[in-house]
Amino acid sequence: MSSFSLTFHRLASLPYFYSLAGKLLPWAGGLSIMLFGVGLYMGLVLAPTDYEQGDSYRIIYVHVPAAWMSMFVYVVLAIAGAIALVWRLKLAEVVARASAPIGASYTFLALATGSIWGKPMWGTWWIWDARLTSELILLFLYLGYMALQSAIDDRRTAARAGAVLALVGVVNLPIIHYSVEWWSTLHQGPTVTKFDSPSIHLSMLIPLLLMALAFQIHFVTAVLARIRPEILVREQRTQWVERLISPRQS
Amino acid sequence: MTEFLNMGGYGLYVWPAYLIVAIVLILNLVEPLRRHRRLLSEISRHKNPNGPDTP
Repeated sequence: MSSFSLTFHRLASLPYFYSLAGKLLPWAGGLSIMLFGVGLYMGLVLAPTDYEQGDSYRIIYVHVPAAWMSMFVYVVLAIAGAIALVWRLKLAEVVARASAPIGASYTFLALATGSIWGKPMWGTWWIWDARLTSELILLFLYLGYMALQSAIDDRRTAARAGAVLALVGVVNLPIIHYSVEWWSTLHQGPTVTKFDSPSIHLSMLIPLLLMALAFQIHFVTAVLARIRPEILVREQRTQWVERLISPRQS
Repeated sequence: MTEFLNMGGYGLYVWPAYLIVAIVLILNLVEPLRRHRRLLSEISRHKNPNGPDTP
């Protein structure tokens, strides 16, 4: 075996990843807190007031990162699911199962903060337009995945069933992304992803990107934290968990 | 400070939005850490039902 695949096998082994996750957790958590600190200060204090939306626009600094992450985590869920289906890799099963509730919570946040932003700007908490409806469907996909996981006792079977559901649901992602271009809506179009000329000023863009990075590292932290108990549940009858517990008994 | 909290009249929208985000993001970390601790003590109790004092 090459040294790469040796390293990979070690990394993908559950006992090794359990301890690695434990070591990385405080660093990821600390980095996330720092990024949130700087991002929040820049977004809430330094960034100028929007000439159209006033200070209500500042909801963008949590709304847009949450919405991006809701889709990013779904991609993680689908890719981990595909790896679990094809290569039966246990770590991929664990990653998928741990990601789902976090992705669901980001989706909830995107919907909730969008709703709160919509009230003063559009005059309504909710409309059944394409962007909001497809994001709501994303939430249902996550919840369906989680319900499926808790309905099937055998975790390996649950992982495969969930992977199929997650992969079918991928079709929803381009719908969410292009919904504001394909259908007319109250929701504003993309402001950042038009890379040729982002329609957002740098003083507003930088805090937004910092907050997006903070959310990204928050996901890393949360998924590491969730992977550890998930590994323990799967491996509780193995020797390495016994050795892990034994110093606690003496 | 009051001006900052007022958010140009949108404080009642901006702050609840940030509060919900803070609660959900923190729960995302606290809940798995507590579950992890609970699991460890559950497994160790299961392996050694008489408690830590028995030889």
